[in-house]
Amino acid sequence: MTWTIAFGELHGIFTWLHGLLVDTGLGQPWLNIVVYGALGGMVFGVLCLLALFLVWWERKISAHIQQRFGPMRHGWHGWYQTVADAVKLLQKEDILVTTRDRVVFFWAPVICFVAAFLAYVCIPFGDGLIVADLNIGILYIMAVTTFTVISLLMAGWGSNNKYALLGGMRSAAQIVSYEVPMVASILVIVIFVGSLSMVDIVKAQSGLVFNWFIFRVPFGPIAFVTYIIAGTAEANRTPFDIPEAEQELVAGYNVEYSGMKFAMFFLAEFINLFTVSAIATTLFLGGWNGPILPSWLWFLGKTLLVVLLLMLFRWTYPRLRVDQLMEFAWKFLVPVTFANLILGAWFKYAGWYW
Amino acid sequence: MSELRTEEFIVNMGPHHPSTHGVCRLMLTMDGEKVVNIVPVIGYLHRSMEKMCENRTYAQCIPLSDRFEYVTAMSCNQVFSMAAERLAGIEVPERAEYLRVIMLELNRIASHLIFYGVTAMDLGALTPFLYGLREREAIIDLFEMTCGQRLTYNYIRIGGVSRDIPPQFVPQCRQTVKTIGDKLSDYEGLLNENPIWLERTKEIGYLSPGLAIAYGVSGPVARASGIDYDIRRDDPYSVYDRFDFNIPVRTGGDCYDRYLLRLDEIKESLKIISQALDGLPDGPVMAKVSPNFKPPAGEVYARVENSRGEMGVYMQADGSKKPVRVKMRGGSFNQLQALPAFGTGVLIADIVAIFATLDIIMPEVDR
Repeated sequence: MTWTIAFGELHGIFTWLHGLLVDTGLGQPWLNIVVYGALGGMVFGVLCLLALFLVWWERKISAHIQQRFGPMRHGWHGWYQTVADAVKLLQKEDILVTTRDRVVFFWAPVICFVAAFLAYVCIPFGDGLIVADLNIGILYIMAVTTFTVISLLMAGWGSNNKYALLGGMRSAAQIVSYEVPMVASILVIVIFVGSLSMVDIVKAQSGLVFNWFIFRVPFGPIAFVTYIIAGTAEANRTPFDIPEAEQELVAGYNVEYSGMKFAMFFLAEFINLFTVSAIATTLFLGGWNGPILPSWLWFLGKTLLVVLLLMLFRWTYPRLRVDQLMEFAWKFLVPVTFANLILGAWFKYAGWYW
Repeated sequence: MSELRTEEFIVNMGPHHPSTHGVCRLMLTMDGEKVVNIVPVIGYLHRSMEKMCENRTYAQCIPLSDRFEYVTAMSCNQVFSMAAERLAGIEVPERAEYLRVIMLELNRIASHLIFYGVTAMDLGALTPFLYGLREREAIIDLFEMTCGQRLTYNYIRIGGVSRDIPPQFVPQCRQTVKTIGDKLSDYEGLLNENPIWLERTKEIGYLSPGLAIAYGVSGPVARASGIDYDIRRDDPYSVYDRFDFNIPVRTGGDCYDRYLLRLDEIKESLKIISQALDGLPDGPVMAKVSPNFKPPAGEVYARVENSRGEMGVYMQADGSKKPVRVKMRGGSFNQLQALPAFGTGVLIADIVAIFATLDIIMPEVDR
């Protein structure tokens, strides 16, 4: 049974649930479906809440950077403003462009939304709090996060709008380009751990704070910085938010979407932001490792710190131009990350690490 | 292998577009992301102001002139008043002239602060916009205190200014001048050395001095291309010849220099305001002018240095109480016409940068 290892602090609940289900006399395949369904539902619920929280948080942070208050009316400092927004978007008319490509236009937000959640199958939220500890964990994450590109391209094409098409094409070029340095900076960690499993990577960083990969000089910090840069581009955020550059492309790929379809793009964007930060936490900041507090709290705290970093980027920097963005990826980030990869491999070969 | 043929397509940027600052429509012929040709389409904001002036008395033209270029409405008031005063030979009291200079320079700073924020916003940095508007707010408060209006002032009238400043104006104005001077270093720290900002603006949209002169481009855009020309110094009006200030000139001609030059101008304007506040004389603020005065037949061209270049009014009088013909000249129009000549061959993102640093405002183009 693979899933029995996967609850950690929630183990009691799941043993109880399991006992309950065994009593009904269901076969093992059915049990798996029920238990994984429950797990998936939990992860989905938690992430939706997180996305709503992140939207509110970003609005507050941007407001305080810009000497404003931000949302203040709904609840304490407007904490349920995003809930109200989501409800509003649910009631909005779903405006459909008559010249759209029906199938593509409909499925684009769905794929975007689903792809955003796929990565969470093997992200360890805490000690044992992981849906499935795949032995190809990080490879799987890298593979499924790229699905987003397809959805953005579909949105651009399906809208039959020039701005949307430009936005979709840009995002495809950008995400595919930044995938390369991102994977190259992750590979350094994989070389040292000797495993692709997310749980193994976190366990390799247990103990003192100096065991975190970010503190393993020199390859660790370089890999972290390149990962964060590439991750910002992956999450389509300023200074790399070319696909939706509102001053040039109005809104980019989602210009023709309204109501709940737009909300799906919007929420997926914030979940992607959290994904990027969660991977950074797992790979470089020791994952859920930490003293005293429960492990999931450590994970959440570190991840939110990385999210805060990305938010500060967004509200401070101007946007790069599309060709400068490409030049930066291929002429700077790719050479640096590959040099770092070779450096890391050399350290590993020579045994200069702890 | 035969060359891959790509098709050009037209993107209509505007009239409703986040970065065309109003209702300007640019028809961009695009080759992929590259702009091959630009056709500015104007007239969405045409209000036939020149014709409307012909049906009003000279004094009634002043509130209309606020709508000529509403970001620096004081300059419009000033240029209309100057034209009418020169036609009728009206002497403006000295205190009124000083107040005019203070208001004109405050308004220039407000306009450049908007430029600073909007340009940064067009290039993706959203935060400077709020900073720029915060400082502008202090200036707008001063205007509101003086004339009760925040955007269309109708303050500078033929023969002087509409009313004297309240007693708390001078200390508050000094405070504002000081605050803006302090905050300027923050603004520069936020963007001037930012590598992304440099990438986006340096050597983008080079306007050569020859081209600038050929298209009649004036103001900060021309001065950033190395043309040392400023009406405040070269053809002084009001009491500008009494103050000690520099005309900043840069030779880069690109977006970055146009941006820096406006920050320099803010500093010079602060100097002028401080000197004017120091030397503010007592006395009346309005000459005795009949509301329906009839200037003798003749013609006049008055011009001022606006924050967007030379702003001029040509006025023809026939001895009646209404002008026979009024022609307005705004700097934005020439800058927009020059855009196709030097703005092509760049990416669509650069068009936004160039358009923003030209600092075009559409009511001045369409009138």
